[in-house]
Amino acid sequence: MNDMTMAVRKPADSTVRSNEPRKPIYLDYQATTPMDPRVLDAMMPYFIEKFGNPHSRNHPHGWEAEEAVEKARKQVAELIGADEREIVFTSGATESNNLAIAGVARFYKDRKNHIITVVTEHKCVLDTCRHLEQEGFEVTYLPVKPDGLLDLEVLKQAITPKTVLVSVMAVNNEIGVIQPIKEIGKICRERGVFFHTDAAQAYGKIPLDVNEMNIDLMSISGHKIYGPKGIGALFVRRKPRVRMIALIHGGGQERGFRSGTLPTPLCVGLGEAAAIAKREMAQEAERLTKLRDRFYESIKARLPEVYLNGDLGNRIPGNLNISFAYVEGEGLMMGIKDLSVSSGSACTSASLEPSYVLRALGVEEDLAHTSLRIGFGRFTTESEVDYAADRIVEAVQKLRAMSPLWEMAQDGIDIKSIKWAAH
Amino acid sequence: MTMPTYLDYNATAPLKPAVVEAMSAALAETGNASSVHRFGRLARRAIETARGQVAALVGASQHQVVFTAGGTEANNLALAQHRSMRVLASAIEHESVLGAAGDAVVIPVDRDGRVDLNALERLLGREGGPALVAVMLANNETGVIQPVADVARIAHGHGAFVHCDAVQAAGKIAIDFAALGVDTLALSAHKLGGPQGVGALVVADRVELQPMLRGGGQERGRRAGTENTAGIIGFGIAAELAARDIETISRLAGLRDEMEARLRRAAPESIVFGAAAPRLPNTSCIAMPGVAAETQVMALDLAGIAVSAGSACSSGKVKPSHVLAAMGAGDLAGNAIRVSGGWRSAPEDFDRLVEGWTTLWARLGANRAGSAAPAA
Repeated sequence: MNDMTMAVRKPADSTVRSNEPRKPIYLDYQATTPMDPRVLDAMMPYFIEKFGNPHSRNHPHGWEAEEAVEKARKQVAELIGADEREIVFTSGATESNNLAIAGVARFYKDRKNHIITVVTEHKCVLDTCRHLEQEGFEVTYLPVKPDGLLDLEVLKQAITPKTVLVSVMAVNNEIGVIQPIKEIGKICRERGVFFHTDAAQAYGKIPLDVNEMNIDLMSISGHKIYGPKGIGALFVRRKPRVRMIALIHGGGQERGFRSGTLPTPLCVGLGEAAAIAKREMAQEAERLTKLRDRFYESIKARLPEVYLNGDLGNRIPGNLNISFAYVEGEGLMMGIKDLSVSSGSACTSASLEPSYVLRALGVEEDLAHTSLRIGFGRFTTESEVDYAADRIVEAVQKLRAMSPLWEMAQDGIDIKSIKWAAH
Repeated sequence: MTMPTYLDYNATAPLKPAVVEAMSAALAETGNASSVHRFGRLARRAIETARGQVAALVGASQHQVVFTAGGTEANNLALAQHRSMRVLASAIEHESVLGAAGDAVVIPVDRDGRVDLNALERLLGREGGPALVAVMLANNETGVIQPVADVARIAHGHGAFVHCDAVQAAGKIAIDFAALGVDTLALSAHKLGGPQGVGALVVADRVELQPMLRGGGQERGRRAGTENTAGIIGFGIAAELAARDIETISRLAGLRDEMEARLRRAAPESIVFGAAAPRLPNTSCIAMPGVAAETQVMALDLAGIAVSAGSACSSGKVKPSHVLAAMGAGDLAGNAIRVSGGWRSAPEDFDRLVEGWTTLWARLGANRAGSAAPAA
């Protein structure tokens, strides 16, 4: 474990400039997680001597790979109380989300043509829905409350006799809030509507039970739970049965839902990651909650005018999303270069768009631009958290000291009331 | 203890040691290639290096390579481009092409398993609007190499879009994307010593590729989903090694031909499919008349030799090969096994195959075949 912690802090590239005080600290666990060394250990034999194609029926190379894949399927299922026959391996949560939504919509399109989702969903859900609109489906994009949570009454009113599917993520990737999945599942079941949840950020982090929560389809990611990239899964309920049209056709693997040779080592990795999560989830949640609270308290105690985005109570342990008023987004990121965090600022995010999630919460644009997503995880230590908090406090104080707006605010001037002269 | 002999490279190939090494290092790293911080930038850089390596294997430009989760997805992505067009697919395409093609018009092949260019010309000449033509570069069961450059020339003459599944050919014969002239070309990593779960679609500049998986805008909007960084790195290394070792692999043809000659000497009734056509150097599809392929495969397995009957993709269902049926093999299709070598195959592997096969023939085939005269 210690070796891995070191490896995480030490990128292989040796071109680190010597004037950098220390190696960057990884606090972006919602983007991806380092592999757990136990997962890597489980995978390695399948990269080397056990290299068979799990669909080869004629020789032991194939059988041994198939056995490993089926064990992994069981491990993936057990974490959510599913049957292993309900697990379809995919290349990741993006594919799972595409398959679930498009697959169900297209299968039932002669009877029903309406899909309900939420404005704060992951891009792959929203993009799939937008594409389905072009195919003639109707999509309702529900708003969220300022705390990021879905209003159940709004959902109830949106369901019509034409509604085939409700897709609501279990945990938001930016603000970490947990949607009322059990309640949504109950509503959907009562109204005879399929319920899909994108659980890429929830699976392995919070307890999920597909039966207790009436979930019909659930998207799962490997690399968000200390497993490998390039592997995910879709839970597809058998009773009552959910039917789908496949996206990827061919050899008929995964009971026809998803063709293509299964990548045995990656399946094994996802299975092992799920098994570890099942054993350690409760303990890990407790540890991360403590770390997160320690970090947040440390920031709040030293900095006024910081705002938490998204509800704190209904939130996964490893996430904070904080806006720092009166600083500038890019400046803040430059000031904390040795922290690997994610920013809501347009100019520092790969998408070059300000966060649509924060905007959906009603966060004003200037605050959205100065937001940081800080993700804690399995290999985060207390000293890293303390160091990160110190650096952020330092950077924000420095930027505010140089900011005329901060000065005016300190003098009691309402910035919004100022009429700026055009030059 | 002797290692079992693996002669099923067309199903999957063992990873090359350098690939394992690069991947285990990459798997120990953190970083989402879409993240702008340092961890993300390092992942991004490694992916772009791999993209260049894969492009070089097929003589394409780096920006023409779109990474996917494998050959099946690459084929599906290509065929998803023209849902409204009529599709013409050769009779011997892989299931991932036939499955994605829907109700395709079948382009027949001749007895040697080569696509019939006259038939293609004729089919394209019919009314029916724009077409998508799918012809693989080399067949997975027989290894027969298809006249893809001619296919592309004819098809483009009719304004058609041309897709080529090069999953089995890549790494076994030299490929020049531009010279082939196709619009899209599918590749898979695990057939050439790279990892399972990674592939690519090579896309000509004239094609505006529509995504099949939608979302975060990865692969310049052409394929969403967090990149499988380690897998892509492994694919890159495997592609570079495959390009370097293409001469070595071509020498497998000598071993393969000698093996076939020895089998034919022991059992003159046996048939090698596609023997008269240009073939991949590593593949042999041979029928032992009168003995079911399943029986042969089981007997060879007991002798410690892994080969296959048909392709590995049909998830447990042993169906008669549509490839051999299209070649007019008739009942002999049920007697054919596929022997496919690769980068780690040695002469001894083929010796053992010959020994196992001829022993079985002496025990079962020689008597049975006496009553059933070979068809060709």
